[in-house]
Amino acid sequence: MIAIYKKELKSYFTSMMGYVFVAFVLVVVGIYFAAYNLNAYPLIGYTLYNVTFLFLILVPILTMRSIAEEQRNKTDQLLYTSPVSLISIVLGKFLALISVFGIPVLVICFYPQILNQYGSVNMAMSYLAIFGFFLLGCAYIAIGMFISSITESQIIAAVISFVVLMASYQMEGIASFFSDTAWTSLVAFSILFLVVCIIYGMAAKNVVMPAVLFVIAESVTGGIYLMNPVRFEGAFAAVLKKLNLAGVSYNMIQSGILDFTNIVFYFSVIGFFLFLTVQSIKKKRWN
Amino acid sequence: MIEVKNLVKQYGDHIAVDHLSFKVEKGQIYGFLGPNGAGKSTTMNIMTGYLSATSGEVTINGFNIFEEPEEAKKCIGYLPEMPPLYMDMTPLEYLKFVAELKKIPKKDQVQMIADVMKLVKITEYSNRLIRNLSKGYRQRVGLAQAIIGYPEVIILDEPTVGLDPKQIIEIRDLIKELSKKHTVILSSHIMQEISAVCDYILIISHGKLVASDTPENLSKLMLGSNEIELTIRGDMDLIKGILSENSEITDLMVHYGTEEGCVQVEIKTPSDVDIREKIFYQMSEAKCPILMMKSANMSLEDIFLELTEDSVSIQKEEKDEQEDTLEAKKENGHDSNL
Repeated sequence: MIAIYKKELKSYFTSMMGYVFVAFVLVVVGIYFAAYNLNAYPLIGYTLYNVTFLFLILVPILTMRSIAEEQRNKTDQLLYTSPVSLISIVLGKFLALISVFGIPVLVICFYPQILNQYGSVNMAMSYLAIFGFFLLGCAYIAIGMFISSITESQIIAAVISFVVLMASYQMEGIASFFSDTAWTSLVAFSILFLVVCIIYGMAAKNVVMPAVLFVIAESVTGGIYLMNPVRFEGAFAAVLKKLNLAGVSYNMIQSGILDFTNIVFYFSVIGFFLFLTVQSIKKKRWN
Repeated sequence: MIEVKNLVKQYGDHIAVDHLSFKVEKGQIYGFLGPNGAGKSTTMNIMTGYLSATSGEVTINGFNIFEEPEEAKKCIGYLPEMPPLYMDMTPLEYLKFVAELKKIPKKDQVQMIADVMKLVKITEYSNRLIRNLSKGYRQRVGLAQAIIGYPEVIILDEPTVGLDPKQIIEIRDLIKELSKKHTVILSSHIMQEISAVCDYILIISHGKLVASDTPENLSKLMLGSNEIELTIRGDMDLIKGILSENSEITDLMVHYGTEEGCVQVEIKTPSDVDIREKIFYQMSEAKCPILMMKSANMSLEDIFLELTEDSVSIQKEEKDEQEDTLEAKKENGHDSNL
């Protein structure tokens, strides 16, 4: 794992990628920092929450080559035939990615100190905001890395990552399309289950298992709906809103509230996508 | 050492490896021989743990590659068809990365890398970027990668493809050198290469093992008869008349040669008969000088062609029973999948 971590980190800085990424983050954060913090508002979280759009562009560019390039150049043959487990390969790559992202975050850690020169700043809230910002970035990077593992083309990986992150970013707006009645939530959930089961059925080339799962999922949601329809009011929209990773971080970054559910949420997202990355690599071997 | 049992790999409807079983013993050079798309690379990729098999077992030094992959992979060095090189590294950086990947203790790394680079003769290129190296040198860096850590088994997939004749000879010598300490498995679709290097040959066609033996045994096995080719100056009918008196000759072909006034003769006899001297005296009595006489043993090339042709024709027969359209589809599948 350490070998892969070192190699990956080095490769970001032998190409221009690492420098450009770090510089770009610092420039954008710097401009917002000057506009918001130096002029008016003493909390760094305000700046950081307003620059989360940065991830939409930068994360796809950072993560696109991570695994796609290895697959295209066939260097993955070296990695997968070496005595290193898949999990540590994926972890090594992920740690290298978040280390590159960690560099500008470390620089940002000095900003509250700068503000502190001109008055009193709540340090705990400031650093919590920076931590939240970092976690949000890590979650996005995990998603980007997974998308990089499903394709051989860097461009496709970047485009898909951008679309997925964009959809996540705009999820509030998408969620508002759904009306709040319990009935629409139930229908939306059913359609969602159906789509998931069809995809699963097509991937596994199996009809029985997805059908059984669909019936189970439907009867559970249907049962809950019959017992207590009120629960379904706005439920689908609420679930969709959770998919807006940046929105979830609002408490931590902007308001400076330490919310452990948010931290657990981000770690779950990271864990889930790293797991998916391992699975997608394993699937390639079975093709 | 390595045992492959009933290995099957299926891509959709197409079977790339079809119930392949063989054993590899220590300290020899094994050659995988087969036409393009016979399933050599797929087999090697499965043996090294890069691909998974549809069914079957591969054990390396007692470790099952599917169940204890890390232990099994420690015993293997693998050079795939396309050397897995990072273009933006130098050979030195690259080999260092590979050594770390293979968990070589830090204190041994520097010495080992230096030794391996010397062995494959890339020491003077150690600080150039790999992207700037020629194909031959890239191949050597790939080979160095497989040798690092001195694994017990070294698997090389078409190690000499795209090299010039001098480099091919160098790589062959290197492989022979390696076989003193390691078991080497290499694949090729080129006959001369396999017969020049290998102690043991496994001929694969359409994912099936069609023959496996030492090169000598293989040619003996296939040798049903002696064949002699002659170029004789003289009258065709006269020569034909003299030769056809010999009862040993099972098959006689006479036709005009390229040189003026000469005839080209091909003779077949049972394998235990040597008719060469007799013909020499017969021809000298008839004052027909023999300009050339050559006994044509069946070469490995012929064996290879015969064996793989056979399995093609067997498959064709099987297919004839099916619908024509299906056949066309499958043929296309062969081409695109391998």
